[in-house]
Formats: sequence, C-alpha cells, structure tokens
Amino acid sequence: MLLLAFDTATPAVTVALHDGSGVIAEESAVDARKHGELLATSIAAVLSAVGASRADLTAIAVGTGPGPYTGLRAGLVTARVLASALAIRLDGFCTLDVIAAAVAADGPFVVATDARRRELYWAGYSPSVQRTCGPHVGPADELPGGLPVAGEGGLISAELAGRQIPPSFPSAVTLAQLAARRIKAGEPPLPAEPLYLRKPDAREPGPRKRVTP
Amino acid sequence: MTGAAAAEPLVLGIETSCDETGVGLVRGRELLADAVASSVDEHARFGGVVPEVASRAHLEALVPTVDRALAGAGVRLADVDAIAVTAGPGLAGALLVGVCAAKAYAIALGKPLYGVNHLAAHVAVDQLEHGPLPSPAVALLVSGGHSSLLLVPDLAADVEPLGATIDDAAGEAFDKVARVLGLPFPGGPHIDRAATAGDGAHVPFPRGKYADGTSDFSFSGLKTAVARWVEARQAAGEPVPVADVAASFQEAVADVLTRKAVDACLAHGVHDLVIGGGVAANSRLRALALQRCEAAGIRLRVPRPGLCTDNGAMVAALGAELLGRGAEPSRLDFAADSSLPVTAVTAA
Ligand SMILES: [Zn+2]
Repeated sequence: MLLLAFDTATPAVTVALHDGSGVIAEESAVDARKHGELLATSIAAVLSAVGASRADLTAIAVGTGPGPYTGLRAGLVTARVLASALAIRLDGFCTLDVIAAAVAADGPFVVATDARRRELYWAGYSPSVQRTCGPHVGPADELPGGLPVAGEGGLISAELAGRQIPPSFPSAVTLAQLAARRIKAGEPPLPAEPLYLRKPDAREPGPRKRVTP
Repeated sequence: MTGAAAAEPLVLGIETSCDETGVGLVRGRELLADAVASSVDEHARFGGVVPEVASRAHLEALVPTVDRALAGAGVRLADVDAIAVTAGPGLAGALLVGVCAAKAYAIALGKPLYGVNHLAAHVAVDQLEHGPLPSPAVALLVSGGHSSLLLVPDLAADVEPLGATIDDAAGEAFDKVARVLGLPFPGGPHIDRAATAGDGAHVPFPRGKYADGTSDFSFSGLKTAVARWVEARQAAGEPVPVADVAASFQEAVADVLTRKAVDACLAHGVHDLVIGGGVAANSRLRALALQRCEAAGIRLRVPRPGLCTDNGAMVAALGAELLGRGAEPSRLDFAADSSLPVTAVTAA
C-alpha cells in the first residue's frame, strides 16, 4: 500500500505518505493564502523524498472540512482528480476528526477551527475521541462551556482564552493513519464531499432601481 | 500509423474562470472534443454570476466534464501529452478549482502543464476553425467579464493592450438592459432574439467614447440611457416596444465595438481582426463587423458561437500552440491570478 493523505481545510497545507506500516514522508506548512501553490509541490515533494512514482500510489485520503471554502476545494479537487486519473481508492475524513485524533484527552473536549466572520467550525468529542456533536458553525459562545478546545479556534477567540489544548492544526500524518487503519480493516471508502455548513452568500435581487428620479 | 496528424501532441485544456466548467481536447490545431458544464441556471435567479455558487459547481463538474471530453474524443487520459489551464484573469475561487485540478492531472500523468491567459486563449481558439492566425492581428474580446482591444503580435508572445472598457463590460450592459426590458439572465441571447423583430434605428441611443480617438469603451451611459428611455414610456403609460429598444441598444453596442476595432486595425496597419468572447455570438455584431471589415479590406475571423463563449477548447488550443513552439511549461507552484495582466500569455 502507498497512501497519499492531505488536508487543506485550515491555514495548514499538510501532506503525508503512508506505506502500510507507517508514515514515510511528510510535508506541512501554514499559509492560509497559498493552498493552490503549496499543495501540488508538497505532493511532488513527498513522492520524490521516498523515490516513489505517482504510479505507485494505491489510495488517497483527503480532509473534507469544514473549512474556508477556497482552501477546502483545493484539496478536494486535487484528491478527486488524482483518484480518478490513477483509478485508486479515495476516502474523505472530517477535518475536525483528524485534529481530534491527535488530541491527548483525559476527558471530553471540543475541536474548533476558524470559520471567518467571527465564527467557528466546531464539534464535540468524548474522551475516547468519538464525535458526540457537530460539525457545527457558529459564534464561540455557542460552544459547550468549560471544555478544553483543540484547533486554531482556541487561539483566535478571546472567549476561549486559557482553554486551548494542542494541536492547533490537522496533520496529514494523523489523517494517513486513520485512512490506513480503515483500508486495512477492509472498510468501504468514505465519500469525499465538502462540508460547507453554510449556504453561498447570495441574495435574489429586489425590484430594479429606477434611474429617473 | 495514420500519418503526420497523429504525431501531433494531444493537449487537455481546463477553463474555470467564471461559471462554465470547460474541458477541451486539441491535437495540434484540430479540435477533438469540447465539453462544457454550465452553472448559469443556478445564477439566473440572482441576476448575475455568484462566485461561491460557481466555485462549488466547478468542484462537482470537473472530473465528470474531463471524462466526458475524453469519451467524446475517443482518447484515453494516458494519451494526453500536456495539460493547459486558465491561470487568470477571472474569479479567484473559480480559477483555483481549475488550476488545482490541472496540477493534479499533471502529477498523475507526469506531463507538462501550462497556466495560460484567458484572453489570449479567446484569440487562440480561432485557429481551430480558421487555421494559423497571421501576425500581427487585432483582437476584440467582448464578454460579461471583459471588453478589450488587443494587438496580438504573435499568439505565443505577449499581447499589447490597445484599449478596454472604462466602466461596464459589454456583456454586463446586455444583462442590465435585459433586466430593464424584463428579459431573463443572461441578457445576451434574449436581447439578440428580441431584436430580430425590432428596428435598430428606432432610438438613437448614445455611443460612449465613439469618436474620442482612443480604443477604450464605455457602456455605462448607454445602459442608463436605455433605462431612462424605458422609464419615460412607462411613466407616460405607453407600452415599451421591447423589440425596437433591444435592436437599438444592440445597434449602439455593435456600432461602437466594430468602429473601434476597425479603426485599431487601420491605425496599426493590421489586416486581420479576430472577435471572441460571449458577446461575439451576437448576430448584429457579427453582421456589422463583417460589413465594415469588408469595406476596410480587413479579414474578419469569428469562431462559431460555442467557441466564442468560455470553453476548454480555447485553453487547449493555446496550450497546443505553446507546446508546439517548445515554450517553457509553468512551474507546479504557479498561482491562479484573478487579475493576470493581458500582457502575460502564461503564468509565471
Ligand atoms: Zn472569456
């Protein structure tokens, strides 16, 4: 197995390769404005780092958000094209679950990421890292009170100050491990559909404004 | 072996700068397939293209449209020799979907990638129908997103802008006037259809910047004049002669565009004019352009309407031209650029 995993639903562009026994290459950077530039070069970099060719890939895993749409789509369209062109398996994973899987929890916690417009994408998790609610989008004061918060949301919201726990961003290493486990267990692929959570901003125009006073 | 033609490289072109997901396949200068998925119906009720709606539609349509183009051309993805994609100008979020997809195809196939200029691609597509473009040529590109006059010294070289709209794009004026007349979005085809029964000389609407000696355009005043004229009739309780207003508006647009285009050709000693963009599908513009070009001794080249509107074939056509001339491919880290200047034929 050679699995390529990546997530672009947060300011992080994170890419990893998994060979069935573990992650063999990783490339991550945090730059919210450069997903379109960084993703393809990072994929090429992890392949060349281990001397693998694109033809060696057997599966793709991608983060499906929720996340700011432009970055999210960079990852999803890349994943769909690679899976289609190489005729290999594609699994989509909720980005908040990927962050949660890397939390060292001793109780229930929340994962929250930046949804812009002073809102957060968030979900609640049990101590065994099962998602108990969400994903949701909304202001920070809608999060369950008092619980520790992983993800960048804990850093950017004044309301959540003092509650943040690592990690702040998803890692493709975790994503690759989640996907490799699924594939080895013989479970069917998960759909790679974007979690937008909001409708597009668009209003139907009212009556036309007259130009004559 | 089927001779030299089969040896020409096969280029896959991807275009997502606005609301059409376009995928074209071109071998040399031969068009093999042109598949388009349009989200225009989803925008109609908003009276204009909603960028987020367009971007979501591109993500869903991309792979299916590529597959449809491959099936239409009867080729396999593995046969593709290079990939070309619109790098800009256009809607940022929409461009990014196409650019990321093209990079992924380039990685999956291990083939070169060209990030190309949308406007230069509108010019290049004409070669698929009318053969090699003489150099230099003048191009008039008119659509909902752009209205430009360009001097094209050579297709693979950087283009020189001669003029552009100072306010609304020509296609935008069609949409706004359609709204005034109670016609649906997008306005172009509806106004063209309504105008067939009308008199283009019925209302002498103003021609902005008509004789100012520049190659720039202005359509904002025209649009307002149409609205004012229609509102005056309505205020007087008189019926609005929709066909005559549509024809008179269309006449004003075609008059300005063709006059400026022919003047630009004459000023630069150019004998070939290419018209592209969605507005080039307008029947009155085509007819008047032909008449004025013939009178001025200029050869007119207008691709068929399906190749004038945004499509993937135009991107593939420009990619094939660049590949054929041994142009340097784009780097894998080039950025989609919503305001890519027309002077850059490829993305850095
Ligand atoms: Zn265009």
